[in-house]
Amino acid sequence: MADRELTPRIVVVGAGPAGVRAAQTLLEAGIRPVVIDEAARAGGQIYRRQPTNFRRSHEALYGTEAARAQAVHDGFDAIAATVDYRPDTLVWNIADGQVWTASERGYATLAYDALILCTGATDRLMPVKGWHYAGAYSLGAAQVALKAQACAIGARVVFMGSGPLLYLVASQYVKAGAKVAAVLDTSPLSNRLRAAVDLIAQPGILADGVALTRALAKAGVPVLTGVTPLEITGNAENGVNGVRVRLANGTERDFAADAVALGYHLRPETQLADLARCDFAFDAKTRQWLPKRDQDGRASVAGVYLAGDGARILGARSAEVSGRLAALAALADLGHKVDPLTLVHLRRQVASYARFARGLATAFPWPHEQAANLPDEAIVCRCEAVTAGDLRRVVNETGAKEANRAKAFSRVGMGRCQGRYCGHAGAEVIAACANIPVEQVGRLRGQAPVKPLPVAIAPEGEE
Amino acid sequence: MASPVSVSDVLIIGGGLMGTSAALFLRQRGRSVTLLESDLVGRQASGTNFGNVRRQGRPIHQLPLANRAIAIWRRANELLGADVEYLQSGHIRVCYRERPENIAKMEEYAAEARHVGLDLELLTGNALRARFPFFGPDVLAGSYSALDGHANPRLTAPAFARAAQRAGAQVFENTRIIHAAKQGTDFVVTAEDGRTFRAPVLLITAGAWGNKLSQQFGEPVPLTPRGPNMSVTEPVPYAIAPAVGVMTPVEEETVYFRQVARGNIILGGSTRGPSYPDQYRAYVLPQNTMKQLRQIRRLAPALANLNIIRVWTGIEGYLPDSLPVMGRSATTSGLFYAFGFSGSGFQIGPGVGETMAELIDTGTTPIDLSHYDIARFRRSA
Repeated sequence: MADRELTPRIVVVGAGPAGVRAAQTLLEAGIRPVVIDEAARAGGQIYRRQPTNFRRSHEALYGTEAARAQAVHDGFDAIAATVDYRPDTLVWNIADGQVWTASERGYATLAYDALILCTGATDRLMPVKGWHYAGAYSLGAAQVALKAQACAIGARVVFMGSGPLLYLVASQYVKAGAKVAAVLDTSPLSNRLRAAVDLIAQPGILADGVALTRALAKAGVPVLTGVTPLEITGNAENGVNGVRVRLANGTERDFAADAVALGYHLRPETQLADLARCDFAFDAKTRQWLPKRDQDGRASVAGVYLAGDGARILGARSAEVSGRLAALAALADLGHKVDPLTLVHLRRQVASYARFARGLATAFPWPHEQAANLPDEAIVCRCEAVTAGDLRRVVNETGAKEANRAKAFSRVGMGRCQGRYCGHAGAEVIAACANIPVEQVGRLRGQAPVKPLPVAIAPEGEE
Repeated sequence: MASPVSVSDVLIIGGGLMGTSAALFLRQRGRSVTLLESDLVGRQASGTNFGNVRRQGRPIHQLPLANRAIAIWRRANELLGADVEYLQSGHIRVCYRERPENIAKMEEYAAEARHVGLDLELLTGNALRARFPFFGPDVLAGSYSALDGHANPRLTAPAFARAAQRAGAQVFENTRIIHAAKQGTDFVVTAEDGRTFRAPVLLITAGAWGNKLSQQFGEPVPLTPRGPNMSVTEPVPYAIAPAVGVMTPVEEETVYFRQVARGNIILGGSTRGPSYPDQYRAYVLPQNTMKQLRQIRRLAPALANLNIIRVWTGIEGYLPDSLPVMGRSATTSGLFYAFGFSGSGFQIGPGVGETMAELIDTGTTPIDLSHYDIARFRRSA
């Protein structure tokens, strides 16, 4: 592999399906990329690997996606020694054509000729009264507990929210032997019929999804749609003891539980694109700001490419394709010859996944109207314990209607997560309170560090 | 020409702390006021600075102005009808072992400051460490001011603007002024979108944008835009009362920190970054953050156990002698300036507003403004 070049230097951030396929594509073209990943092992969140001392099979861990997970893992294992692989390393800032990394070894900088951001996604969350109690988790966290630690988040778990992950994680819990008290979906069933025209773009995934729902029903799990979450009940001492919802027929109902997994599909992790000064645009369908990119993943900033769920929530399968496309785009821009037919083929696949994702957004919409109805005492920003009432008071009394302005006055989004989990909901609360479109509220500006950074950090190799 | 949007006694361009507080105090003196802000009030230097409400370390000649300001800070919540998180919890300025000559400088400063109403206590050795156990071994001595403190810059200028509005001032945000001139007895200023505003008195409090306006009156100044280097840690139990800073001739060593009541510790200083007034953007350079953390570890090693969760900066205007332009125009009657506070305007801000209101209203002020005369740049600019 000595003939593979470190120059031009292409840095791939993230070793999930998009990052792995991007790295492979670069190697195939004779370029040895740097692959920086926050996790200890490649695979990303969706194909997150268990710790090395765990021995569960791919089938047990990934179900219908076992073969794909295996392929991504094997694909990376085959190139791990050839690429410049830096696991357990956070890219916490980007400036002047350099990424700034942090790890146990300290901080370092790395200049790049091209930067491929495959930063993945986290749960998209809508607050509900009581979601700050111990025992309230995001869907992703509930899944991580199962995959990485082989444990459930509770003995009796309610899954509440919307989106494919709601059903996937609930069924994984059933399969793992955990008691699932209920699956409570905010989306009405009728939406899925309207979405069928787009969902049919990926019949295989659609069939898997239908099978998941059937399996839950077969296991005796109550699955209710068109539900309105009212409250996660519990107390500060003992945490969650249940959820209260309004059913589609208007009646209220309590479900006893010692843990709740919450989530409304996913949101891209876009802070690095933001720090790289990429332009963003508002996506009306999903009501969020997304980094602009062309069909192959080129961002608005030359030399920066976006792939996978970190750019658009199109799913893991699409991430493998968009990872390849972004790598090919980078190669083309660096003067490599790229087969135009390959591009056409890959673009067509991404377009199909995009159509399917549009269907999912129709079937399982972000329930933005909940923000307007959130009781004043419900916490919006859990890091800073700012309630909906606090935020509304700021909007009404100071006239702050822009996201960063409202943050400056109320502390919403100012804590450890830097608005990654409360930013969307905070914007909806502001929009509803000020009676303006949510896009007019804008988005929280990304600021370094992407994740908390130790004051103790010193340059790599020092001390 | 279209009729002006507003005609008032005084026009103020620039809605930072200086402009918003001047607007409030002018209203209290019965003058009608229009305040024009190109973006949102208090968003740049006034909103992104460290939040030090400190008198010590300022030039001795500036202390009467600082004293005037501290009287306003003490009644700020009541004056503004809003909590600006002012804590009169003390301020300590320390020096390092490698520069022992600073002790003599501290003593000399304390002796002079005492005559101007600022009491400072010099602490060394065990006395210093017993009171403030968080200092590292490099710290040699400290000068402690019990009656200084800190406040929340994000809240302060907007609170002044709202109070001024309640008192009858007209505040126009998102109003970028591209042209200002005196026509007859009135100033006429024109916004980017063509709106015009008119008044016989014009006060320019436009921070890093001040020179763009002053040069339209034949008074350019060598103003350099820079940005503060700020970080904040996660919240931890409240334990550090005073704001803390380092006295040193080396810019990189000039760090400071303070803990807010919420528990977060705000870190500031070391190398300042670039800022771009034309784009309304400023960027924290990561290398500056790293230099700052190194210096913070030296000053207070225990802070190394924390994490920073955010960095920020803003747009500040610096003048070569680190003193502001404040007072009357040297070319145009009815024109006043208060800008270019060079990274140290927050504490004196409300005092600047009150002083400018007094000067405009009565034609005079007991505060000595001779050091801030715009005419000092006549040759150099």
